[in-house]
This record gives sequence, structure tokens and C-alpha cells, in this order.
Amino acid sequence: MSEIDFREFRKRIGDLRGREYWRSLEELSRSDDFDEFFAQEFPQQAVALDHGLHRRDFMKLMGASVALAGLTACNRPAEKIVPYVKQPENLIPGKPIFFASAMPLSGFGSGVLVESHMGRPTKIEGNPDHPSSLGATDAFMQASILGLYDPDRSQVVRHLGEISTWSEFIGALQAPLKSPGSMRLLTQTISSPTLGAQIQQLLAQYPGLKWHQWEPVNRDNVRDGLRMAFGSYVNAVYHFDKANVIVSLDCDFSDSGPGHLRYARDFATRRRVRKGATSMNRLYSIECSPSGTGAVSDHRFPVRPSEVEGWARSLLGGGQPPTAVQAAILKDLQANHGASIVIAGEDQPPVVHAIAMAINQTLGNIGSTITITDPVEVTPVNQLASLRELVNDMNSGAVKALVIMGGNPVFDAPADFDFASAFKKVPFRAHQSLYYDDTSMLSHWHIPETHYLESWSDVRGHDGTISIVQPLIAPLYNGRSPHEMLGALIGGLDVSPYDQVRGYWMGRGGQPPSAVTTSSGQPGAAALQFETNWRQWLNDGVIAGSALPPRSASASTNIPATSNRQPATGIELSLRPDPTIYDGRFANNGWLQELPKPQTKIVWDNVLLVSPKTARDIGYQDKERDAFVNERQTTLVDLEYRGRTLRVPLWVIPGYPDGAATLHFGYGRPHRSIQVEHMLGGYYETMPAGTVGVNVYPIRFSDGLGGGGGAKITRVQGEPPYIIACTQEHQSINLKDIGGDRKIIHAGTFEEYRKDPHSIVESEEPDEEMIIPPIAYNGHRWAMVIDPSVCTGCNGCVVACQSENNIAIVGKDQVHREREMQWLRIDRYYRGSPENPEVFHQPVPCMQCENAPCEPVCPVEATSHSAEGLNDMTYNRCVGTKYCQNNCPYKVRRFNFYFYSDYDTRALMPMRNPDVTVRSRGVMEKCTYCVQRINAGKIEAEKQDRRVRDGEVRTACQQACPTEAIVFGDMNDPNSAVAKLKKEPAHYALLAELNTRPRTTYLGVIRNPNPEIKP
Amino acid sequence: MAQIFHRSTNTLSRVTIFGAVFIIGFALWVIGGIVRSPYATDQGITREQPVPFSHQHHVAGLGIDCRYCHTSVETSNFAGIPPTATCMNCHAQIWTNADMLEPVRASFSTGRPLVWSRVHRLPDFVHFNHSIHVAKGVGCATCHGRIDKMALTYQASPLTMQWCLECHRNPERFVRPRDQVFNMDYVALNQSEVGPKLVHDYNIQKLTHCSTCHY
Repeated sequence: MSEIDFREFRKRIGDLRGREYWRSLEELSRSDDFDEFFAQEFPQQAVALDHGLHRRDFMKLMGASVALAGLTACNRPAEKIVPYVKQPENLIPGKPIFFASAMPLSGFGSGVLVESHMGRPTKIEGNPDHPSSLGATDAFMQASILGLYDPDRSQVVRHLGEISTWSEFIGALQAPLKSPGSMRLLTQTISSPTLGAQIQQLLAQYPGLKWHQWEPVNRDNVRDGLRMAFGSYVNAVYHFDKANVIVSLDCDFSDSGPGHLRYARDFATRRRVRKGATSMNRLYSIECSPSGTGAVSDHRFPVRPSEVEGWARSLLGGGQPPTAVQAAILKDLQANHGASIVIAGEDQPPVVHAIAMAINQTLGNIGSTITITDPVEVTPVNQLASLRELVNDMNSGAVKALVIMGGNPVFDAPADFDFASAFKKVPFRAHQSLYYDDTSMLSHWHIPETHYLESWSDVRGHDGTISIVQPLIAPLYNGRSPHEMLGALIGGLDVSPYDQVRGYWMGRGGQPPSAVTTSSGQPGAAALQFETNWRQWLNDGVIAGSALPPRSASASTNIPATSNRQPATGIELSLRPDPTIYDGRFANNGWLQELPKPQTKIVWDNVLLVSPKTARDIGYQDKERDAFVNERQTTLVDLEYRGRTLRVPLWVIPGYPDGAATLHFGYGRPHRSIQVEHMLGGYYETMPAGTVGVNVYPIRFSDGLGGGGGAKITRVQGEPPYIIACTQEHQSINLKDIGGDRKIIHAGTFEEYRKDPHSIVESEEPDEEMIIPPIAYNGHRWAMVIDPSVCTGCNGCVVACQSENNIAIVGKDQVHREREMQWLRIDRYYRGSPENPEVFHQPVPCMQCENAPCEPVCPVEATSHSAEGLNDMTYNRCVGTKYCQNNCPYKVRRFNFYFYSDYDTRALMPMRNPDVTVRSRGVMEKCTYCVQRINAGKIEAEKQDRRVRDGEVRTACQQACPTEAIVFGDMNDPNSAVAKLKKEPAHYALLAELNTRPRTTYLGVIRNPNPEIKP
Repeated sequence: MAQIFHRSTNTLSRVTIFGAVFIIGFALWVIGGIVRSPYATDQGITREQPVPFSHQHHVAGLGIDCRYCHTSVETSNFAGIPPTATCMNCHAQIWTNADMLEPVRASFSTGRPLVWSRVHRLPDFVHFNHSIHVAKGVGCATCHGRIDKMALTYQASPLTMQWCLECHRNPERFVRPRDQVFNMDYVALNQSEVGPKLVHDYNIQKLTHCSTCHY
């Protein structure tokens, strides 16, 4: 934004109240291109027609149509029914069964309930009894069901690339096991007690064998920082429900990291402002890359990553004298002694964690809002040091055999380690993984790994609570579990993972390890007791009371006075795991690839995030950026960092510190699979080697895994612009079209709310005059209220909806043409200056209008109104005129331009929800309020001659939401949660003045800024 | 100026005008008839099954309750097709050597399921739930016909949407007391009195909006 534009902008927000909120920089500067782009819902339509149909093709197609027309009258082929031979007990055909399990990610488990239809897992829900989940799920958990069925998973044991067998592999293992001193085991982070015991047994049996751990998203900084503070490896568990004031030092605690679902929920309990509320928590966020936590914070301070330490030191005192802002934060913290939290992010160096703990110690938070326990990992180590040692040993020739269980170190090890060439020096290399990936290709042996839904195991949650991981289905693709791998290493025998996990727990007398007592009862009674316990654990999904006990500990406040950190020169580069595909392990998951990144709304790509000023400094002018928006393109830049150069697309993001840049790693895997290939479309000409996104690992060095200073960005000249699929301006509510400046988001401060609760929302009374008589809804009146105050934009709901409703993915090309299919979108709004705007996330499902504009325009009555006020969409009636989509002011309808649903891949068929129709080409679809769940709930209630209870029917998005921002229920029940929310003073409907009478409504966003800090 | 059209074109035009109304109408009537006919709906058509199971024999002859085999009809959307083990409850004792039952014994001993052909088939975009219909007093015979008189099972009703709506619009014409749901012989002597009373007692709603079945 140039200086002139700035003045223009300030004038705008000064003059116009309605334009106070903006969705993107392009909208803010309001270029002509933008208006043109915005006016069309599908600006790329014309392009699609470019592929002209030749006369001959036309004749061919029509010839086939005529021939087939004759066939349609024939009788349908017989459909088969295959009953059981012996039906399992408790299985009712047609009714799903839920099994408790847990999904491990980077060593930490989150409890899940898996819906199983006749033995086929179809949907993941959170386990309300699991402390890390409390019933919520994140996008990774939801999408893991697609990962299970992924037909691209490795399906056979391979030796030198050729198909082999498991028993041959066990045979081949025996030779290297004879000299264990030159053998190494490399795993990811392990918190499974059974795996830990097996590894200990292995190490005891083969003295000299060494165990290394490595994961690209490791918690080395957290571990080392806490060790600095407490003297030994410990685990910190935070209690955000007890904290009045929270300071996040570059920590995205609500959207990532162990226990983030729990943290988000606890945080939200103190943030929901309802009638008569007297208190609300306050969150200060000091961060570089915009995060979900930053978006819900009351004060967000964009700083370069290296500046966070300075902030931390100022808050601790003893460093530089605090600025006025820091002094105000400090005062706020001190006023909440024992009821505040200072938390540091995983990418901050250990010293920042130590400082954060020292501040917490001074504030008396340790023991009250923070619990210190023993570490959750079986053996906590500095993973970087562990991998370095392994690489050195491989290079020196000391390693004669290496068995890698999980992970893909050839792809994701630090660049300076040159893992691949060290790895090639090992004479025996075996790799177990879900996919035949980069590391597998360089290994002698590749063993397919089981998915967590396919095998027995156990795992600890963020507070140490143990869950038994139970399989939902036999391994689909001949996978072997890590327990089997270790069993083979230990005994050379086939021991089932079930026996190993059960055996481990039986060895503990049926008690969690913390409560092991010598058995004094009868052996028979003990066995019986174990069986009872075991069944209870499997039923509950957690071992009750197995959370690690709090340790009395105090953090050292003796922090090295001076920082040894060099002030970053040039542009400071921050390297982060990708918000949707993580470290790259989910790169083959279409749901996650096509999930708009929470802050940028970009899909199928990673980009270099910079501030508007940094972009201008490298010659990317605002005018140009705004012009590009019409084509959804961006410019390519060369990023020079420590002697290496990456060509990446540039993306300008508001609220980002100047002189810094963020790049997400995980993308650009050289070897990608059929599924992803299929979805690419033809848009990857500008990326080298045809990869999806850019591989960032080549610039991730061991002495700066989180990045560092000295980066240089230069614009690439002479290259065509790079095409980006960004959903931010897709399907947006176009205020211009429907007349005037209206507010989509209403926001205010807690102070204002307490003075006058009605001040948050400026009510806009609808014109009630109607030509059709109003309908009386006597039965149920389904409605939803969404509270964006606590929405972090984490996307859990979006993937939950996709999974529940069999929503197709469409690929980058189609998203670029604005044809993404997700029924639920999360709109992002900004308010304030582009340097540091407030961020708002607003989930937008179908509004289920009582006076729905989509209904009267349908020529075939494919969309109609139900007696309960649902806006029904009947797929089999739809002829695809798209009039309804055109007439929807909220833009929530999605059209199947092609056969987006995969009808051919057999592996994906069992994954689909049998209660929802799979939609074909030419059909409109949209959010139904999960009508299949409503109907199921109503049927159960009707059978018992009662009304549906509040909370009995929950939509998929509501169930997934970690912060309970989405509430659904029956408005006609005055005691329902939704009916109460509808009476809240801050309640409002989107575009209420159109008199569409939407059933989905919103609450005004209430934030609690510190009055002493002037924005 | 000579006439452009010959006199015979008058006849032609009369036929055309007549045809526009009646021939097209007739064609539509024929098409409408075909799509409602058993040819399109499979009504009354028996299908080849691995074992020629007779409902007539088992239901009318032996008096076995519907729910002995269709176990989930009161609890689930799917009534359930009995597992082989259910057949063998009796056929381990009687007719143990009958050739006709060879596939059943083979299934039980090998563990390979019997593969039946579906007789009542709804399109994938229709979601039907047996349990709620049973709970609301819709008799088995109301939709499935006199299954106790079928030597080989066939679809007694057309299963068209029009047919479904007949009852969904006027449930009082079809419902019966809950204790008569599984009774094949039930005949209501005074449906016009019983029907509305049951509709009231059972809280039967006239659900005709699309998302009742289509979602």
C-alpha cells in the first residue's frame, strides 16, 4: 500500500462505518479489477468453455447417447445382499457402532470415537472422556479416515524395490542382529508405554544397539527450555480455564501442539460472554506468523521471531526497560497473581521457554494454572542431537544396519545433515512407513506400516493419560504395526500387536503403571479383574486416573542475563510446519490439501508470507497485487537463504511484521502419488519437477530449524505470474450487489458490553412486509447460533462436514475457478490498519432461511421448505440451473460442475457415510444441518414417544468444534441452548434487513482489550 | 397466382393439429404407463435366489414370526437378512440332507456367506427406515403384501414415490394397532374410525417434505 493509498484508506475508515471490515488487502484498496472480479461468482467460467468441442466428438457423444437411450428402459441389474454367516453379537445391521481409540500425532494421543458401519470405519469424533479432546476434533483427526483408506498407501513388503514378504524380511534381519553394536533404530517421538517397554527389551537384549528419535516437528525447544527451568525433562500442562490473563510468546496453543483441543476449550470457557457476565479473560499474543491464537487475542503484536526473546526478557524484568505496552502487560499479569499464564511457542529457542517459566514462577502460576509432571515421552531426548549422532555414525561407517520406524528422514532431516548420502553408506537399510516414500526408495527393505485405525497400540495424551489404541478394521494393505516390527527384532517371531499391548498391561496387574501393587489376591481373581479393567479401558478410551501426577517443582528464575542470540540481519525467515499438511505426512490427503489454510485461505500450495511493506521493498507494488487478484495470481520470488535459493510464490498478508517472511514446510515432496496427481489439473508448469508446492526442507538447517536471519528476496523477472487457488474472495457475501454497506461482523469490547450489552450489535430491523403468509412452525424449529468470539478458524468443522457429508474434493484447478465444494466455509475479516488489524473468523454454513431466496427461483422445486424450517435440497430433482446459487445472498450453495465424487476408486467406497447420498455431476448441494442426524435423532425419540432432547442431535461441525463456537438445537424448546443464545443481547442475523429470516445466526464478537494499551 | 399448396395439404394440416394434441398426449400416456408398470418398477417379479426360500412355508405353514429372521426391523433402518446361522438353528436338525439346502450347509461349513438377490430395492438417494414405520403402526403386509402367501418372494408394491406419498399424505387409511403390525391376516373392519384414532395416539405426522427421505 503506497502512502497515498494509506491516506485514502484512513479516509475510508473515517467516513464509512460499513467498510470498516475488510476481507483482503485487495478489497481494502478497492481496485477496479477487484470489483469486476467480485461481481462474478464464477469469474473463470469462460475459461472452462475454451476447450471447444469438435464436431466429430459431438457426433461420437451423441451417438453414444442415442444408443444408451434404448438401454435405460431395461430392468435394473439385481443388487446383492450378503448377510453374515454368524452375525457378531451387538451388531445391528444399519446402525453404526462407536469404538473408542486415540490418534497419535508426534507422540501425543487425542481420544477419538470412531463410527463404524458394519465393520467399516467412516467418521472420527472426539472422545468426550479423553482429557486432550473432550469430544472435539481437529482437521488432522477428521481427515485421518481418508488417510486410512488412501489407495496410495504402501501395500507390500519390498526388497530393493521388488515385491517380497514379511518372513523374508525377518530372515534378512538376523544377520545384522548378530552385531548389534553397529545397528541403529530410528523412530519418531514415542509415548506408547508398550512400545517403550519393547524398545527397552530390545536394547537390553542387544547391548550396543542404539535408539535414535527424530521428527521434523519435534519439541526440542520446549523440552530443553523446561529442562533449563526445572533441571530435568518435565512436561507442562496448562489450565487455561483458570487463567485470567494469558501471554502467548509466539505460541499457537489453541490450534497446534499437544493438547491444543483441550487448551482451546478451556480458553473459550473464560471467553464466552453471556448475559450478566462479569469477567472475561484477556489474551496478549506476541507472534510473527498470523495464527489462530493470534486471531482471537485481545492484543496482537506482530514482531519478528527473534524479537520475542526481548519481549520475554522485558516481562521478566532485568532486560531492557519495558516499553509502555510491556509495562501495561506486566501490570495486568501481576494483578492476576496465580491466575495467569505465559506460554512460549515451539519455534522459540529454549531460553524463551525458560524465561516464560521464570515469569510464571514469579507470578505464582506454577502449581495453579500450570502443572508440572514427568515427561509424557518414554525417553525424552534432544531429537536434533540424536539425529546428528546417527548421521555422524553413518558417515563414519560405524552403522552397518539401520531400521527406521515411521517418518521420512530423507525428505525432512535438516538440510546440512545430508541424510540421504549418509544413509546410503549403511549396508542394511530398512524403513517402515505408510507410504513408499523418499526414504523407502533409498532403503533395501520397505515394510508397509499400519494406520492407527488398523492396529493395537497405546498412547499418552498431553497430560499423560493413557489410551488403548484399538483397531477398527483389519489392516487394509498388509501393513505391519511398529509392535510387530519390534517383536521381529526382539524375537524374530510373529507376535500379534494385540497380545503385546494386552500382555504389557496384564503384566501390570490390570493397574496403570503408577498404581502397580504386588498382587495378593488369587491369580484367578486378578485375571478376572484385569479382564474387567481391560474392557473398561477399551470402552472408555482412557485408562482412568492414568494422567501423570503433578510434581512439586519450581522454575529457576536465574536466567542468563544476556542473550546469545544474534540479532537477525536482512529478512528474518520463519519456517513453520504447514497448517494443513503438517510436516508433509498428510501431503497425500486431499481433504487437507484442499482445506483453506486458516489464515491465508490458500489451498494446494505453500507461499512466502510477507508484510505489505516488505513486498513493496522488493518491487511488488500494491497496484500490481490488486491487478493480479482478478486472475488469482501472484508473483514468484527467489528466496536466498544461507547460500541456497528457492523459487516460491509471494503472498502479502496484513498484520505481519516488516523485515520477516514465513514459509511453511511439508510441501514439495518429489514423489507424489496417483491421488494427488489426479487432482492437480494443469497448473504446475511453473513449479520445478512438477511437485505440489515448494520443498522447504533444503533450506531448513540444523542450527536454525525455525529459520533465521539473513534471507534475501528478489523478484523473478520474466517468469509468468504464478497461479494460486485462494478461497478468501470466493463465494463471499457481496454487499455491493444487495445494496449498500452492511455489517457482516459486529464487534465490541467487554467494557462496552458491560455498560450496555446492546451496544455490540447495531440492530437492523428487517422489513417484515411479506407477500407470502408466514409459516407456523409447530414441531421442531432447528436453528444454529455461531459465536465467532471464540472461533480460531482451526478448520476442524470444515473437515468434519466434509467427512460426514461425503463432500468431494475438486483439485487446485477447480478451486481456482471457485468451484470448491466444502459446504461450510470460514470467512476471514480484518478491521483496522493493514499493519496490525484485528482478525475475525466467521464460519458460514447454510443459513436455512425461513424466507429462503433460493426456493422460489427453482424451476423444478428441487429446493423446498420443510415443516421444521429446513431448506431442503433434493439432489435427484435438481436439473442444475444454478438459479438458487445465483439468488443466495450468503453464497452457501455448491454446484457439481463435473463428476467430483470419485465413483471409480473402490478403496474409497467403504469410507463414505452410508446415510448421505453421493452427489453426481450437474447437481446443486449445500449444508443440510446434517439432516441425516436430525432424522436419526427424531426417529429414536419418536420410537420412545418423546421429543428430541436438547443436545441429542448435534451437527458434525458442532461436534468437532474445540471451542464450542457452534450451537445447534430446537428453537421451539425454550430451554435449549440455542433458544437461550437467540435471546442474547449481542445476537444478530446476517443481512437481517433482507428479511430472509435466517435460522443460522451469530453473536457479536466481544474482545477484552486492556484499556491502558492504546491501539 | 397459382396456389402454393395443393388441396391435400388441408388434410395434412388437420392431422398435424389433431396429432399435436392427441398423438403426443398418447405418447406421454404410454410412457407414463411404462414407468409405472412392473416392467420399470419390478413389481411382482421374482428373482433367482441361491436357495428357493419360501415365505409361504415358513410364515404361513410353520408360523415363524417375521422378527425371528428380520431381527433389526424394530431397531434399525434395515430389517436385516438372517445370517446362515439362523437357518441352521432348525436345519441342523430337520431336512439335514435336502439337496435344496446344500448352499446353506456349504455356507455354514465354509464360512462363505450366501449371496441373495435384493427384491426390494430403493434408489441410493432414498433413505427408508423400517423401525419408525413399525413403531408407528405400519404393518409388514401393508408394503410387502401377503408375504405369507408367496412361495417365492417378490415385490408386491411398486415402490414409486407416488406410492409412498399415498400413505405419507393419508396415514389414517393404512395404519393399524402396533400389536397387529406383524399379523399377516389383519383386516381393519372400521379403518375410518381406527385410522384417525391411531394417527392421534401414535403421534403420526404427515411427513411429506423432501428431506424426510432425500438427503
